[in-house]
Amino acid sequence: MTNSNFSRRRVLKTGAIASAGLALPTYLRADGHTGFTNAPGDSEVTLGFNVPQTGPYADEGADELRAYELAVEHLNGGGDGGMLSTFSSKVLDGTGILGREVKYVTGDTQTKSDAARASARSMIEKDGAIMITGGSSSGVAVAVQALCQEAGIIFMAGLTHSNDTTGKDRRANGFRHFFNSYMSGAALAPVLAANYGTDRKAYHLTADYNWGYTTEEAVKSSTEALGWETVNAVKTPLTQTDFSSYIAPVLNSGADVLVLNHYGGNMVNSLTNAVQFGLREAQANGQNFEIIVPLYSRLMAKGAGANVKGIFGSTNWHWSLQDEGSKAFVQSFGTKYGFPPSQAAHTTYVQTLLYADAVTRANSFNPCAVVEALEDFEFDGLGNGKTLYRGADHQCFKDVLVVKGKENPENEFDLLEIVEVTPVEQVTYAPDHPQFAGGDLGTCNPGA
Amino acid sequence: MDQIILQILNGLDKGSAYALIALGLTLIFGTLGVVNFAHGALFMMGAFVAVTVSKVLTLSHKVVDESRTDFLGNPLQVDVPYLYDWFGQSAGDAIIDWAVPISIIVAIPIMVAIGFIMERGLIKYFYKRPHADQILVTFGLAIVMQEIIKYFYGANPIPTPAPSAFTGSFDFGVAFGFDPNAIIYPYWRLVYFFFSIFVIGAVFAFLQFTTFGMVVRAGMADRETVGLLGINIDKRFTVMFGIAAAVAGLAGVMYVPINPPNYHMGMDFLVLSFVVVVVGGMGSLPGAVAAGFLLGILESFASMSAVINLLPGINQIIIYLVAIIILLTRPRGLMGRKGVMEE
Repeated sequence: MTNSNFSRRRVLKTGAIASAGLALPTYLRADGHTGFTNAPGDSEVTLGFNVPQTGPYADEGADELRAYELAVEHLNGGGDGGMLSTFSSKVLDGTGILGREVKYVTGDTQTKSDAARASARSMIEKDGAIMITGGSSSGVAVAVQALCQEAGIIFMAGLTHSNDTTGKDRRANGFRHFFNSYMSGAALAPVLAANYGTDRKAYHLTADYNWGYTTEEAVKSSTEALGWETVNAVKTPLTQTDFSSYIAPVLNSGADVLVLNHYGGNMVNSLTNAVQFGLREAQANGQNFEIIVPLYSRLMAKGAGANVKGIFGSTNWHWSLQDEGSKAFVQSFGTKYGFPPSQAAHTTYVQTLLYADAVTRANSFNPCAVVEALEDFEFDGLGNGKTLYRGADHQCFKDVLVVKGKENPENEFDLLEIVEVTPVEQVTYAPDHPQFAGGDLGTCNPGA
Repeated sequence: MDQIILQILNGLDKGSAYALIALGLTLIFGTLGVVNFAHGALFMMGAFVAVTVSKVLTLSHKVVDESRTDFLGNPLQVDVPYLYDWFGQSAGDAIIDWAVPISIIVAIPIMVAIGFIMERGLIKYFYKRPHADQILVTFGLAIVMQEIIKYFYGANPIPTPAPSAFTGSFDFGVAFGFDPNAIIYPYWRLVYFFFSIFVIGAVFAFLQFTTFGMVVRAGMADRETVGLLGINIDKRFTVMFGIAAAVAGLAGVMYVPINPPNYHMGMDFLVLSFVVVVVGGMGSLPGAVAAGFLLGILESFASMSAVINLLPGINQIIIYLVAIIILLTRPRGLMGRKGVMEE
């Protein structure tokens, strides 16, 4: 009998442990050279675009992807440069990011949090993405933001409007350019009061999930502060397709305004049903009955067709803006794709430029250096006027657009008209505002 | 009282859609014994026949309008439908306005053809396979059909309005002595309800009063004996599959003005329609129709804010709750044959 230390079992065990160590995901390994996750090589850097490519928001995701491709083209010196020429920061020169050619990988969020996290994880671990951006839903944004925080990756949110993204679920590695529910309420309320008066009774139909709640709360508190009364607020299932049974009782409820805290397919169907039930022509409390859609999207307005005419809402950006940045972006995007960009395309394009700019100013891809460069960064020329990326919550503060469904559209894209550009001061709030309470940025995580 | 009448009316149009889809499902299950999870996709295909007809009727050529510019500042290219060139603007507009009713005529042969192709090309190979296999293959087929539609039409809903003569709503309240605005009901939903009653009546009449229908009913009762009499029952059942597809398709065509169609609208109805079939009694045509209307009305009642305040979340589970209660107390469903699912 030999008493060797090299038993078959021990060799196997040691081999398995060694293999597991080697196979550890990239982001869990300490990178001795750089101290942060997915440090790029000298020639190229990879960005991860995580958008809904399937599912109900696939069209919005496709528009986001077009904008990302355009941003990459411009960062690499291609095309007409788009907003690079109008951006107030002048460090981007069309040679990629810090001299590295920008490459990208894409993932499909399917507008499902678990699928979005899986695709983001794959882009980080397998493709070495240094930054993740995208999404068309607050649920997805919050989930992917948390993943990026753990992984030590910067997350530049796409279309996410819930207060929670930069409120109770804010993270140090996450940044949002898009506006939020509070801002919609604050921008809309004065316009509604001016057009419909202060003696109004509102009935809310609210999508039964995170974004619906924050939007209902924001619109309620803003309109009630101006004298409106809320007579009822009913939650509707996110999966609801026909809203007739929710809309039918509205006219007889004592309300004279219906607020549809719905987005996407919910908004298209609830608005269509409300118009079918004659709410636009009805009279209540001696006044014309009115409908409000707090968050508008041109792509969704297209789905609702003529039903959006005359209906107020808010939006982050619109292609008809006449500032130099918007004109440059519309020209660039329109020439390449043949139609104007959506607000989702705009915010994702801008987020990509802002990330590239922050890296260049910081002269580092280290997420903590990028966070520092983005915090309290003030800029202009990207389509929303002077903008501040507030350090306290990583939310952009800029003008908000109040829009109305156009009565006589001239073409298929001409669906919304800008009623008012609400100045940033009117939509600014304290970082510890009750609608954003309970969040903590924590500290940035470089991942290594 | 007015709220109760209102919710019954609301339930009727929702129930109409459930009943039409469940009727087709039951026809297929009763004749071919196939559990067809692609039936919701047939409803969706019908809706997209209406979208396609609407698009065909608005096929246009470009005319440059130098006085206006597009979003890039170039001279605006205005779309002028060919129908304007052929019939003049007012007649062209009238034809385009009636796109949805016109689609009914187009949808019948198209949906029957789709049904034939589905049955002959795929489903017939699964007659003798377990129900689980049938569910898997038809569900897969539904996904393929969805993706085809999404490829051509995108993921966003496509507004396809009713003829302008049927837009707007009717104040039932005033007609029946209630306050104005108490019971408002859109015209097109009334049209949908009466249309579904007509289709259901036509299917029942076809089965009840024609020789073909008699043979089909005999085949549903005892397929083997009918076969032994020298009747090619398979051929008739294939025709019934086509008819069931047409019924689902027509339900879809008429539904597009109610809610703009998108590629996954079929899935939204599919699961509920299966619950309707089970509650009504597997294989029972009157059961499917009755359960469709019953569950549609119950769903409407559960959506009343007074009910939701009393029982939060009831609006999301009411149909399944009723299904569980009925299946526990009467496993064969409301009108199922005695002995079925009760062994």
